[in-house]
Amino acid sequence: MQLQYTESQQKFRAEISNWLAANVPKQRLESFDTEKGFQQHREWEAKLNEGRWGMVTWPSALGGRDATLLEWLIFEEEYWRAGAPLRVNQNGIFLLGPTLMEYGTDAQKADILPKMANGTEVWCQGWSEPGAGSDMAAIRTKAELSSDGKHYIINGQKTWSTRAVWADQCFGMFRTDPKSERHNGLSFILVPMKLAGITVRPIPQLDGLPGFAEIFFDNVKVPVERRLGKEGEGWKVAMATAGFERGLMLRSPARFQETARRLVNLYKANQQSADRDPSVKDAVIRCYLDAEAYALTTYQTACRLDKGGKIGAESSTNKIFWSELDQKMHETAMSILSARAELEPHAPEAKGVGTWLDGFLFAQSGPIYAGTNEIQRNIIAERMLGMPK
Amino acid sequence: MDFTFTEDQLLFQEEIIKFLVNEITPEKIRELWETDSGRSNELWAQLAELGLTGMTVPEEFGGLGMNEVDFVLLAQECGYVALPEPLVETVLVAVPLINSLPVDSVKFAWLPRIASGEAKVAVGLTQNLLVADAHIADLFLLQYDEEIHAVTKSHVKLTHNASVDPSRKLFSVQWTPSTATCVAKGTEAKKLIEQSINRGALGAAAQALGLARRMIDISVKYTSERQQFGKAIGTFQAVKHRMANVAVPLEYSKAVVARAAYSIANHHPDAAAHVSHAKIVACEAAVLAAKNSIQVHGAMGYTWEVDLHIYMKKAWALNNTWGDAAFHKNRVTDFVLSDDNKIGAGRTFM
Repeated sequence: MQLQYTESQQKFRAEISNWLAANVPKQRLESFDTEKGFQQHREWEAKLNEGRWGMVTWPSALGGRDATLLEWLIFEEEYWRAGAPLRVNQNGIFLLGPTLMEYGTDAQKADILPKMANGTEVWCQGWSEPGAGSDMAAIRTKAELSSDGKHYIINGQKTWSTRAVWADQCFGMFRTDPKSERHNGLSFILVPMKLAGITVRPIPQLDGLPGFAEIFFDNVKVPVERRLGKEGEGWKVAMATAGFERGLMLRSPARFQETARRLVNLYKANQQSADRDPSVKDAVIRCYLDAEAYALTTYQTACRLDKGGKIGAESSTNKIFWSELDQKMHETAMSILSARAELEPHAPEAKGVGTWLDGFLFAQSGPIYAGTNEIQRNIIAERMLGMPK
Repeated sequence: MDFTFTEDQLLFQEEIIKFLVNEITPEKIRELWETDSGRSNELWAQLAELGLTGMTVPEEFGGLGMNEVDFVLLAQECGYVALPEPLVETVLVAVPLINSLPVDSVKFAWLPRIASGEAKVAVGLTQNLLVADAHIADLFLLQYDEEIHAVTKSHVKLTHNASVDPSRKLFSVQWTPSTATCVAKGTEAKKLIEQSINRGALGAAAQALGLARRMIDISVKYTSERQQFGKAIGTFQAVKHRMANVAVPLEYSKAVVARAAYSIANHHPDAAAHVSHAKIVACEAAVLAAKNSIQVHGAMGYTWEVDLHIYMKKAWALNNTWGDAAFHKNRVTDFVLSDDNKIGAGRTFM
C-alpha cells in the first residue's frame, strides 16, 4: 500500500488545473435548464473538447486521453475545485458513450461519438415511463419493425427525461417484441429528437425550471441502424449503462468533498449563530467525514479496478451513501442560513446565500434518480448480503 | 498511488480467518467464560506459532517485523470471532510502544519472549478507565501523569471489574511509581502516549468492523431460516432494509480504517485525525449492527442462548474504549476547523 501520487499523476493534475484556470468562465453560466444556459453549457462542452478534456477516460483515438480511473478522480478533483460548469452532456459522455464503445458498430461510433464529444449533439435518456419507474421492466413504449424491415415505428411515452427539452438525441429502451414481457424483448434505440412525431412536454421542477420532460412518440420512424446491440437485448445493454463505473463517472467524490468544504466555510463564517444549536457543528464535521469516506472508498475501488480487480455487489451501497450525504450537507446549510435559507439568491436580504438553496432542492432528487434508495436497499440485502428474495 | 493490500497480506488474512473461525467458536468462547482467567495458554501458544504474537516485533528479536497495515486486516478477523485473547492490543499497542521507548532495556528483555508467546504484556493508559487482561500479564506499561513506567506483575495489585462482556477481563491496578520504574517522560512520553492511543483506537476500530460483519452474517442466516406468515422473514422489505442500513455505513468505514493504519505506519502528521475518523465510524457501524441485528432476531435476540450477544457486547464495550465518541469527535473537529486545514477535493492524500 502506498498513498502518494506518482510524478505522472501530479503532472496530469497540474495540466488540467492550469487549463481550467485559463478557461473556466469568470462569470457563472446560467442554469442549463434554461434555453440560454443550455446553449452556454453546450459551448463549454465544445471548449472542453478542444482541449481534449471533454471525456478523459475515452480512448485517445476517439478524442479522449485513455485516462485510468485514478486519473479520472484527479481530473474531477481539479474540475470541482475550479468551480467549472456542470456537464450538460453527462448522460451522453458518461453513460451512452462507454456503452456505445462496448456494444456499438464501427459506423455508429464514427457517426455519434465525435458529435457527442464536441457538444453538437446533447443526449437525454428515455427510460422511465408513467407506468415504469422503479419497475423499469414494465416498459410499454413499442418499437415495431416496419414491413420492409428498415425502420422501427415507435409509439408511446417516456417521462422524467432529464435535459430532454433542448436535447438533440435520446437513447431509449423500447419494446421491440410485441409478445414479450418484463425485461425480455426490449431494445436500446438511439432516437434523434427532431424526428416527426416526437413531442416534448417540459415538466417544471421544484425550482420552476424544466429540468426534465415527457417525450411523446407518435409513429416515429427510426432507421434500424440506430439500434444499439441486438434486438431483444436492450435490458443487457441498459444494465451495462447503469453499471458502477458509469455511476462513478456521474458522481465522483470531488463534487461532495467540495460541498463539504464550502459547508465548513459557511459554518465558520456564521459560527456564532450556528453554535446556538450544538448539533449543527456536529453535522458539519460529520459531513466532512462522510465526504472523505466516500473519497477514500472510491480511491480504494479505483485502485483495485485499475489493477484488474472486479467490483462486486457492494457497489450498490454507492448511490445511497452519496445521495444521503448530499441531502445532509444541504440540510445543514439550510440550518446555518436560517431565515435567509428560503431566499432566492437575487433577493435583497439574501446576501451570502450562494447556491445552497438550489443545491438543497436538487439534493432531494438524489435518493430518487439512478434507482431509488429503496430499490438499492433491496439490491444490497439480496445481492450483497444474500437475503432471500 | 496504490490503495490496495498486497497478495501476501490478503493471503495471510485468509489463512488466519480459517484458523480463527475454526478455533474461536461461540462454544469455545462460552467454555472460556466458565474458567477463572477466561484465557487459554494453549490458544496463545497457537497464536504465537502462527507468528501473530510477534507480528510487529522486529525480526532481530524473533518477530516478523511487520506494521499496522500488515496487521489491520487480521485485527478485523479477531473482531469477526470476538477473540477474547489480548492479541490486538499486544501487536498494535504494547509491542510498538516497547519498541519506541527511549530505553532499550525493556525491548531487549521482553520482545523476544512476547514474540515466542512466553510472556504477556498489558498497557494501562489514563485514556482507558481500566487495564484489560492485567491478570495474565507479566509486564505492565503504565501511564503515570505524563510519564510511562514499566513494572512486573509482582509489583501490582489488581482489582477485577466485571464487564457486561464476559470475555473482557478488566482491572484497576494499584502500584507505586518511582524513578526506577520510569521508562519515558516529558515530550517523548507525551508523543508515545498519543501514538499508543492512536494504535489502540485503530485496533478497536478494526475489531468493530469484524464484529459488525459477524452480526450481519448471523442475522442473514437467522432471517433466512426463521419463517412467519408462510415465508422466511428475510423476504420482508423492512427486515431487508434493517440489514442494508448496516451494510452501507460498514462498507464506507473499511477504507477509512485502512487509511488510518497506513497513516500510523507511515508517521503521517494527521494520523490522529485519520484514526479518530476510523474509530468513530467503525464503532458506530458495529453499534448499529448490534441494534438492528437484535431487532431482526425478535425475542430470540434478547436471549443468552443465542450467540448474537457475544458480538454485541464486545461492540458496545469497544465503542467507549481507547477514546469515546466525544474524544474522537473533538480530535477530528480540531483538524477540520483549523485555519490551515487540508480539506476539499484533492486534499485527501496530502
